[in-house]
Amino acid sequence: MKKHPLWKYLRKNALPHFFCPGCGAAQVLNFFLKAADETQLDFDNFVGIGGVGCAARIPVYINAESLHGVHGRTIPWATGIKLHKPELKVVIFAGDGDASAIGAGHLIHACRRNLDAVMIVVNNLTFGMTGGQMAPTTPKNMKSATTPYGNVEDPFDICKLAETAGATYVARWTTAKPKNAKNAIKEALAHKGFSLVEIITQCPTHFGRRALSTGSAVQCLEWIKDSSVTLKKAETMDPEELESKFVLGTFVKKERPVFRGSSVC
Amino acid sequence: MSKIEKKIMSGTHFMLGNHAIVEGALAAGCDFFAGYPITPANEISQHMSQRMPKTGGIFFQGEDELCSVYALSGAALSGAKAMTATASAGFNYMQEGIGYAVASEIPMVIVNVMRCRGENYATQSDVMQLRWGASGDHEHIVLAPSSVQELFDFTVRAFNLSEKYRTPVIVMSETTISLMREKLVIPEADKLEIVNRKKPDVPPEAFLPFQAPEDQAPPLPSFGDGYRILHSLNPHDEKGGIAWDPDVFETLYHRITNKIRANYDDIVRVDDFFLDDADIALVAYGSETRPARAAVAMARGKGIKAGVLKLDTIWPVPEKHLENLAKKVGKILTVEMNIGKYANEIDRVCGRYCEIGRILKNRGEIHTTKEILSVIEEAVK
Repeated sequence: MKKHPLWKYLRKNALPHFFCPGCGAAQVLNFFLKAADETQLDFDNFVGIGGVGCAARIPVYINAESLHGVHGRTIPWATGIKLHKPELKVVIFAGDGDASAIGAGHLIHACRRNLDAVMIVVNNLTFGMTGGQMAPTTPKNMKSATTPYGNVEDPFDICKLAETAGATYVARWTTAKPKNAKNAIKEALAHKGFSLVEIITQCPTHFGRRALSTGSAVQCLEWIKDSSVTLKKAETMDPEELESKFVLGTFVKKERPVFRGSSVC
Repeated sequence: MSKIEKKIMSGTHFMLGNHAIVEGALAAGCDFFAGYPITPANEISQHMSQRMPKTGGIFFQGEDELCSVYALSGAALSGAKAMTATASAGFNYMQEGIGYAVASEIPMVIVNVMRCRGENYATQSDVMQLRWGASGDHEHIVLAPSSVQELFDFTVRAFNLSEKYRTPVIVMSETTISLMREKLVIPEADKLEIVNRKKPDVPPEAFLPFQAPEDQAPPLPSFGDGYRILHSLNPHDEKGGIAWDPDVFETLYHRITNKIRANYDDIVRVDDFFLDDADIALVAYGSETRPARAAVAMARGKGIKAGVLKLDTIWPVPEKHLENLAKKVGKILTVEMNIGKYANEIDRVCGRYCEIGRILKNRGEIHTTKEILSVIEEAVK
């Protein structure tokens, strides 16, 4: 039987994976491995980092050095690694909980410092692993396990947050745009400095069923498609029209010295 | 980089306790420090910010204690000897990262300069938090220096133990000694015993990253060495694979705790003071050993056969030493600067062999010699 071309990059003893059928996080693993394959990433000098949550499992399935299992502390781990061994390539796989809830405090500082690491935010708009509770990214008025009457909070725009805090590469795509998502990861891997790629993903099991009244991954993807606009199109739309849309594209791409420690002489 | 400084400042100094901790760390090979400002530990990070870049290491000021303690994990797994320093309230936040380091067996040194409820008064009130603060099952090694010299010596030892047992080691300091200046002698480099972690002696394909005899830690390669290890908080098998299996869980946590329990003789150190013929013994740790010793010296002058057992390692509890002492003396008094916490451990170990009592003070001040002496005199009446 012919093996999948990316099979060689997987940590075999960690399989089978634990993603639900139709989960977008598994697609992000695919995008990343394709991007790594196409850029001939040196997996011996690579560290994959995951926190806690569904997306945090992605590095568990990659045959490389990896850190996993603590919620929200992916960036502190990455900071320790990059300061001591700058030659290592560090990629963080964070859910929206890891990145914008419990770990949001670390995110803004990594952007500010321009830590030389890639952060792929797998944004499924909910806390999937714990059963579909409201996240800082859950769209307004949407139902979740903890907002049974609709979400009253305004969600975070993670890309805007990263841009404002000083990240030097920021892009957003969706699992409905696999090629763009993969290419953004390739750009992030080649970029020197803090690179954040947000990928809006479908969670049919929890977000789909509670917020969209469907457990179908295809219908969730259709919803993501319908809710997305390109950066170019967004520029022609007024703010009210944009309120419930995901704007897709590259928001920031610039150079700035990377972080080398807090006291350098 | 400007002028390179010596890492080991051999010679005789008159030094601040917090600076002695820094010099001890550098002498032990520390090349990564991360911390968040908090009094009375600030002199540690400030001195580190000067010394680290000049000795080829990294100084990192995290945005909080969590960031600092997790940065240690990242750095240590990349090959660094890493340390952080904080004070009581900051130590609370670090418990999460310490728990992770225990589970993933990551060497690091954490200094806690204990303080009193947000104020810099003298206290030993964290003695239980040091041991039991982190979630999940664990054994901790906690050292309790009592002088500027010991702050240096015990910091070196903390690094050595953390490297040997692949576990976080905590140095319990106190306002009293961290903010005191005393004589410090730093030995020549070749007179210092320095332990470095074991690296695997087999290639990646033959290496089981979490396999070791039940009383030891496995060798630890660094990121970039090609071993491709998964370091997860979740229960993991010998390959490092996440495994929700009761046998795997039990085996792992038996080894993680047993590697410390089974090495009592290597880890636990105490110091006897006039105990040979003592009828009454004080048990003390940290700065409280100073007035305790002075009080015993005065009691001896009055013909009272008193002595002190000074606990240099407070966790694990020096049970064998305490038991031997309790079988020998008529009465043991625990001297402590809190509401009576470690005294419960002394009661547990010694209570069945001799009379026990407590000399406690919980008002932000160290005991005076007179206070302790008066209790000794009362006890032998």
